[in-house]
Amino acid sequence: MSKVQLALVIDLNVCVGCHACVTSCKEWNTSGWAGPLTDENPYGKDPTGVFFNRVQTYECGTFPNTETVHFPKSCLHCEEPPCVPVCPTGASYKREEDGIVLVDYDKCIGCKYCSWSCPYGAREFDPVQGVMKKCTLCVDRIYDKTIEEDRRKPACVLACPASARIFGDINDPASEAAKAIHDNGGFQLMPEWGTKPSNHYLPRRKITTVLHADELVRVDNPLKAEGEKPRPAFTTPTIDGVSSW
Amino acid sequence: MKPAFSVVFLTTLIGAGQGLLIALVAGQFYHVIGAGAAPETGGFYAVGGLLALVLLCLGLVASIFHLANPQRGWRAATRWRTSWLSREVILIPAVCGLAVLYAGIHALGWAPVLLTFGNGKALDLPMAMGFLVVAGSVALFVCTGMIYACVRFIRQWASSWTVINYLLMGLASGFTLAAAYGAVMGSGLAGFMLAGAVVLTLLALVTRAYQLWANTTAKSPSSMKSAIGLHHTQIRQITQGFMGESFNTIEFAAPGGADTVKGLTVFFLLAGFAVPAALLLSGLPALAFVCQFIGLLAERWVFFAAGSHVQNLYYQAKA
Repeated sequence: MSKVQLALVIDLNVCVGCHACVTSCKEWNTSGWAGPLTDENPYGKDPTGVFFNRVQTYECGTFPNTETVHFPKSCLHCEEPPCVPVCPTGASYKREEDGIVLVDYDKCIGCKYCSWSCPYGAREFDPVQGVMKKCTLCVDRIYDKTIEEDRRKPACVLACPASARIFGDINDPASEAAKAIHDNGGFQLMPEWGTKPSNHYLPRRKITTVLHADELVRVDNPLKAEGEKPRPAFTTPTIDGVSSW
Repeated sequence: MKPAFSVVFLTTLIGAGQGLLIALVAGQFYHVIGAGAAPETGGFYAVGGLLALVLLCLGLVASIFHLANPQRGWRAATRWRTSWLSREVILIPAVCGLAVLYAGIHALGWAPVLLTFGNGKALDLPMAMGFLVVAGSVALFVCTGMIYACVRFIRQWASSWTVINYLLMGLASGFTLAAAYGAVMGSGLAGFMLAGAVVLTLLALVTRAYQLWANTTAKSPSSMKSAIGLHHTQIRQITQGFMGESFNTIEFAAPGGADTVKGLTVFFLLAGFAVPAALLLSGLPALAFVCQFIGLLAERWVFFAAGSHVQNLYYQAKA
């Protein structure tokens, strides 16, 4: 049995690009352990700010044969995180117990070297506190005993209205996350770098329906075939009881 | 990548400092092996060592400006097992210390013989200290180069040529400075330093130009396909997810764009290598050093600005 590795599984077939995960992540984390997620010039001309989670939108193909893909991106909590060994102070670390990659803000000197060593652009520097910040997988929430058990999940997972995000231990074959990866062809981003991201994505699934012309018009349409139906009896309880189709 | 001026100055200043130390020791060795140079006074090496120390310390000061929390800078020495940056943080003060010892031993004229060889030659303390200084300086060059060469997500940096160029460009500027210093002091080693400076400058020109050429054809192993895992030949980003800027769009982009990089590339090839070589050959080593240092500042700026990071695949469009 391998070690516990908490991670997110994101279903690209389900994500509708509503950014609810982005806002709920920002809300939870700016006021939590990892906060504040500083914004600079938020209402000005050139706003910038720290986010742990972004939803991006891509388009495949050429018009009119295009497909829109909404793509949420946060730290992937790699099993071989390239950002960790390069840190000169040891502020960036991967937790033994659950595989979450974290930054110790009391040790970070703000040299930004870890962000150079992340191919996913998952780390965002906080210029106000002068430390590197990144997704914590809501580490201050998922173990909080004061929260009901079914709500001990990352804020983004709870916020997703389409249930496109699954949270769990991907090394536990019985977990919903591991099953989703296994059953639906879950994949990793940029596997060519050997970073072994823990977060997985579920692919888009092609759904095609073949319609024949005779299926568009119902041949046995009773309205056309039989004309007006007999008047229902007064005692008939519901409309369902009188419809013959 | 966004060039950080703190790092531009750090790498060029310590490069010249390490190069100067190596040039001094090379001059000392040149005399010791009996190649014919007039012996230099201890004062010559001591002042030269102090000059290198000043450059190293200026570099150290520049590096502090790179840290957002410099008060915890000491922590950066803790992860030397895995981080080249940590190794550099340890080696810069170590080389400073070696430079102090080197200059001190020369200033005091303390030269006990440590070892006598079969051919009658002897290894004295100043020479032995010199070898230590060279070892430290070369190790520091390797660390500085490896900091960038080990970032595999920036294909323009991830090559052994990065280390070779940091070494050769540092040596070139150090020897040019040593030539200028030797000329000012009227040293018998000035000719040796000048010849070394010309050779190293031209050698550095060749290797740096080669890396420039190699980078024009280097391909990233990542593509939009692997970035978002969609097996489609045509993928374009509609939006990166926000309208403003973020750390990802600022830190990983070069101000000025491709034209600035192109213009400064031509500038540094001339000011950093071709012109200094000509000035050295026409007997103006001090002017050559000033010109070369400005050229190398431009070179370092271009080195950063020309680095394109894999993460930029995710940040292409605003909507």
